[in-house]
This record gives sequence, structure tokens and C-alpha cells, in this order.
Amino acid sequence: MKVIAFGIAKEIIGQQYLNLEEAPSNVLELKKHLLEHYPEFMELASLRIAVNEAYAEDGHPLNESDEIVIIPPVSGG
Amino acid sequence: MLVQDPACGGQVVFAGAVRNHTGDRKVLYLDFESYEPMAKKVMQEICNHALEKWPIRHAVCHHRLGKLEISELAVVIAVSSPHRKAAFEACEFIIDELKKKVPIWKKEIFKGGEEWVSARP
Repeated sequence: MKVIAFGIAKEIIGQQYLNLEEAPSNVLELKKHLLEHYPEFMELASLRIAVNEAYAEDGHPLNESDEIVIIPPVSGG
Repeated sequence: MLVQDPACGGQVVFAGAVRNHTGDRKVLYLDFESYEPMAKKVMQEICNHALEKWPIRHAVCHHRLGKLEISELAVVIAVSSPHRKAAFEACEFIIDELKKKVPIWKKEIFKGGEEWVSARP
């Protein structure tokens, strides 16, 4: 499963694309995976996941065909 | 202007510019990046929400990306309504929501360092 990262998330992971061999079943599982493998995510003010260009709740299921994006705290404007 | 309308007596524009400091640190320039397709969707949703919530006729917003120098405009929001009060309120709502929800990230570049804005509490 491919996950895309932007902003500080890209720097924490060290690249823009993350390939997960074991696909997390939902958003919460993905967040747990990220916090476990990249503890620096714990220092962020928030951690949201977008699925197919919309914010997704923790229980939202994830599929291989989804576009999954890590959204660190936004700072537009 | 995109929001011009003969029925509207008020046009409110907010322009967000690159500030030369944060606290007591001197900012050299900013670098913006975005998850563009979602950012465009969320900006449209926010404008639609404002159009439902206030008696305004038009609402548009535009955000620039990449490297922006001090005083350059990063974001412009324009709202028009028959009477001005609704346009002022809707315009403030749109910039407040944009800052909370639109997937755009701003990096401040200082002399000798850089920082993703608001990333850490």
C-alpha cells in the first residue's frame, strides 16, 4: 500500500512515498504504524489522514486502490 | 473582478501577505507546498459553506505555492454581497477555515534555519 506524505511528514519519513508491505485495515491502524515506526509524529500538533482527497475518520477502511495521504498540521494563508 | 455583480453593493477582499518576521525572528522568505487536488476541493467547499451561511452572491479564493518573498501575496479571498456586512463576515470565515482545513503547508526560512509553521504545538 502506497502512502503519500507532505510538509513535515515528508521530512519525518525521509521521502514523499511510503510503501507498506502489510496494509493497515483502517486509518487508526495506519496512524499506529506511523507512530510506532516514526515516533517523531508524536511531536506534531495533529496527525490527520486523507483518503481519496477527503479527511477520513479513524474507523475509515483502507483499500489498495485508495489514494492515502498523511496530513500534518496545515498552515496555509 | 470575479465577484463583480450589479446586484452587489459590497465587495470585500482579503489579501494575505508574506510577513518579514515571526515573533522576534527575521523571516527571509516562505516556501509553500500543497496536496493540490484536495486543497482545491476543500477551498471550494469552504466557499460553498459561506455561500449557504450568509446572504452573499459570490465567494472565491486563490492560494499561491512555491517560494514567496516578503510582501508578496500568498492568498486572496474575494466576496461580494448586496450589503457589506455579510461580505465582511463571510470573508473572515473563509480565511479562518482555510487556515484550519486546507492542505497547504508553509515553511519559514530564517537566517540559519527553517521551520514548518504550526507543525509542533
